[in-house]
Amino acid sequence: MKLVSYFRGEAFQRGVHPPSCKLTAERRIRRLPFPDRVTVPLSQHIGKVPRAIVRVGQEVVRGQPIARSDEWLSVPHHAPLSGVVEFIGLRPGMRGPWVESIVIRAHAGATQEDLWGRPRDLSQATGQDILQAIWDTGMVGLGGAAFPTHAKLSVPKQAKVHTLVVNGCECEPYLTCDHRVMIEHAADLITGIRYAMRATGAVRSIIGVEDNKPDAVLVLRQAIADAHAAGVTEEIHVEAVPTKYPQGSEKMLIMALFGAEMPAGGLPIALGMVVSNVGTLAALGKLLPLGQGLTERVVTVTGPGVAKPGDYRVILGTPLKFVLDYAGAPAVDAMDARQVILGGPMMGQAIASLDVPITKGVSGVLVFRREDMLARESRQTYPCIKCGECVESCPMGLNPSTLGMLAAKREYDLMGEQYYLGDCFECGCCTYVCPSNIPLVQQFRVAKQILREKAA
Amino acid sequence: MTSAPIEIRSAPHVQSAKTVETIMRNVVYSLLPICAFYVFQYGISALASIAVVTGACLLTERFFVRTGTQAGRLSDYSAVITGLLLALTLPPGFPLWMGAVAGIVAIALGKALFGGIGFNVFNPALIGRAFVQAAFPTAIATYTPSFLPGRFTEFIPSTLAWPLMIPADATAWLKAKNLDALAGATPLAKWKFDGVLVNADELLTSLSGNMAVGPSPLLILLCGAYLASRRYMDWRIPLAVLGSAALTAWLLFAFDPARYPNPFFMLFSGGLILGAVYMATDMATSPVTPKGMWVYGALIGLLTVVIRYYSGLPEGVMYAILIANAASPLIEKITQPVPFGRGVLDRVKKRATYPLNPGYISREEASAVTPKKRFLPNKPKK
Ligand code: SF4
Ligand code: SF4
Repeated sequence: MKLVSYFRGEAFQRGVHPPSCKLTAERRIRRLPFPDRVTVPLSQHIGKVPRAIVRVGQEVVRGQPIARSDEWLSVPHHAPLSGVVEFIGLRPGMRGPWVESIVIRAHAGATQEDLWGRPRDLSQATGQDILQAIWDTGMVGLGGAAFPTHAKLSVPKQAKVHTLVVNGCECEPYLTCDHRVMIEHAADLITGIRYAMRATGAVRSIIGVEDNKPDAVLVLRQAIADAHAAGVTEEIHVEAVPTKYPQGSEKMLIMALFGAEMPAGGLPIALGMVVSNVGTLAALGKLLPLGQGLTERVVTVTGPGVAKPGDYRVILGTPLKFVLDYAGAPAVDAMDARQVILGGPMMGQAIASLDVPITKGVSGVLVFRREDMLARESRQTYPCIKCGECVESCPMGLNPSTLGMLAAKREYDLMGEQYYLGDCFECGCCTYVCPSNIPLVQQFRVAKQILREKAA
Repeated sequence: MTSAPIEIRSAPHVQSAKTVETIMRNVVYSLLPICAFYVFQYGISALASIAVVTGACLLTERFFVRTGTQAGRLSDYSAVITGLLLALTLPPGFPLWMGAVAGIVAIALGKALFGGIGFNVFNPALIGRAFVQAAFPTAIATYTPSFLPGRFTEFIPSTLAWPLMIPADATAWLKAKNLDALAGATPLAKWKFDGVLVNADELLTSLSGNMAVGPSPLLILLCGAYLASRRYMDWRIPLAVLGSAALTAWLLFAFDPARYPNPFFMLFSGGLILGAVYMATDMATSPVTPKGMWVYGALIGLLTVVIRYYSGLPEGVMYAILIANAASPLIEKITQPVPFGRGVLDRVKKRATYPLNPGYISREEASAVTPKKRFLPNKPKK
């Protein structure tokens, strides 16, 4: 099969095949109960941090905007709960430092219906109107990057976009939220895709789904056929792409679908394309016609340390502790150290405190128990034995072996100038395969940060 | 109520199961059948030689890891590989004390001196062999014939020689075995000095009696294929070595068949197969870049044939590999991979699923039309 796809020119070169461990692929998305209190950090996305527009003590209803900014690269936040603003100030954030947040206490007995919304008729809307409507929903990329969606979908004047690529790869092991969304919210997804196509001016849209999710491919094909039967005219395709990490990266997906390499340092727009994630577009398809804000998302809660793994619909700002308690990974057990990761196992972020809330960019919560980490800890680190595994797995075609040796010598400038460190997108394939257990990508992160600071 | 302690590490949080230990252990496993065959050919002398050389390597490694700060442990098996390979390149009747010297030199000069595992520039086993070849030129050229009767009960007399002494008189032993000299000529030496070619099947299997040859090339290729299929060894290097050796030999053979032997003979005689499969592929001393591996392998193949044909030595694999080892950093430097998006960019793969810039997109009236059978209906895999 690999050979066939190779000759068809579908897959990108290199990459790795970590065990997929998609424990939750067969389970329906369930709603997590509402917590008593939510913490909405103001900074949840790339770009300018919005300001709070509510006061302490103010009553808010679910869906009402509570923070906004007039900057272009920024989105508003909406109240995930009906309740009272209890506190505005510093709260633990997922990256470690405390961040400015709004804490809302729920009204006991509130129905928590979506009470706020500004339904609009978008059937005649121009691209610019749709972008504005997207801005109003507070949507950011739900795949993990958390880049404001309206900015991603807006096309610079001199550029022309013909294709909307919809990323349904979900190549990270364990995560299944996009998979479930494609199956359960296919119609919303199609609606979202149609809006996005109108916003960008794309004339075709291609959904790339990894071929380990054949059920999603079939459901989407059916949904598209139904939509076309109902009079939808947009051209939408679904394509199965080979399962391989990191297939979900924009460059790799475009390679798989079109056989074209994106120029280094360029954006998909250079090829006339815009890439968006299925979760984002499905949420857009639901929110846009109602004119509501983004107040919840689907999160995969999984890992060996979770008793009831599953995809949960979680309101934003729910404390991680609450999520884990519900999913059967209670936080009280002093004897048992473990690791909690936001995102997938290959690129996710290990967090230091269970007090951090679920934010817009969190696609998964992964819990590893002590015994799952032992195997890794007992591994000895050797010097690089020059096995070449990392070179053969780096999707960007870099030479992590040499880069790693230079990093150990702190030759950061040389790494950037001659060995293209800047092209590394920190996918982690090199560390994943290294038999010597060298923390390659970890060193590259440090090196990139140092180079950035030097340049600044 | 206390929270469970949480540990923080940075991504990736999963790792493949392949470690240095598993790689090395599998190489050792794959060498075991070859060693067994070698013992079957030459009896207890070969067994003693393997044991002593490997033991010497392990002890030396232990010494350096203990006293120095070098990384590595005995359980990483790399010293075992060095020992086994070194023993396989030595003649079966090689005096045991010389074997021990070879083992010590291999690890001490070939590996520890450079900083231990991963840092060595030259293949340690070949350093050991090169040393004893220079130090004991007669002993290393003394290949006893294989499949002698009584090989499982008696040592070859030279095996038990005392250090720095004149070897015991072997006349009685020779007489009993019906041989006229302790040394049998290897097929390569036979060709080089007597102009006699050995048959292909005898070369391939090493099964014919009374011939002084190493382990069977066929067996080595099989074991190598196992390693390559499990991806414990890179398949490119052996292929490049053998390919370039065969090509060079074939060109010369086509040029003057009377003077040069056929390429088949070149490939399967001497240590070329062992060298190509197990020595050239030593990870630390070969380039990491795929293109570099091809260049490096091709260099070894070429040099081997050149040394065999045009020098005074019958065998050239060892020096060819050592020279290529020295060139490996340079080869690596000039064969860096081309990063994604920095090569030839307008070369779109022809059979991609969707055209990058489909023609209908510029036609305004067609922009809202769904094309019917334009694309392959790609059935998802069940
Ligand atoms: S983390 Fe960087 S260097 Fe490592 S495989 Fe990914 S792109 Fe290549
Ligand atoms: S995978 Fe690790 S040991 Fe192998 S070449 Fe790369 S850095 Fe070196």
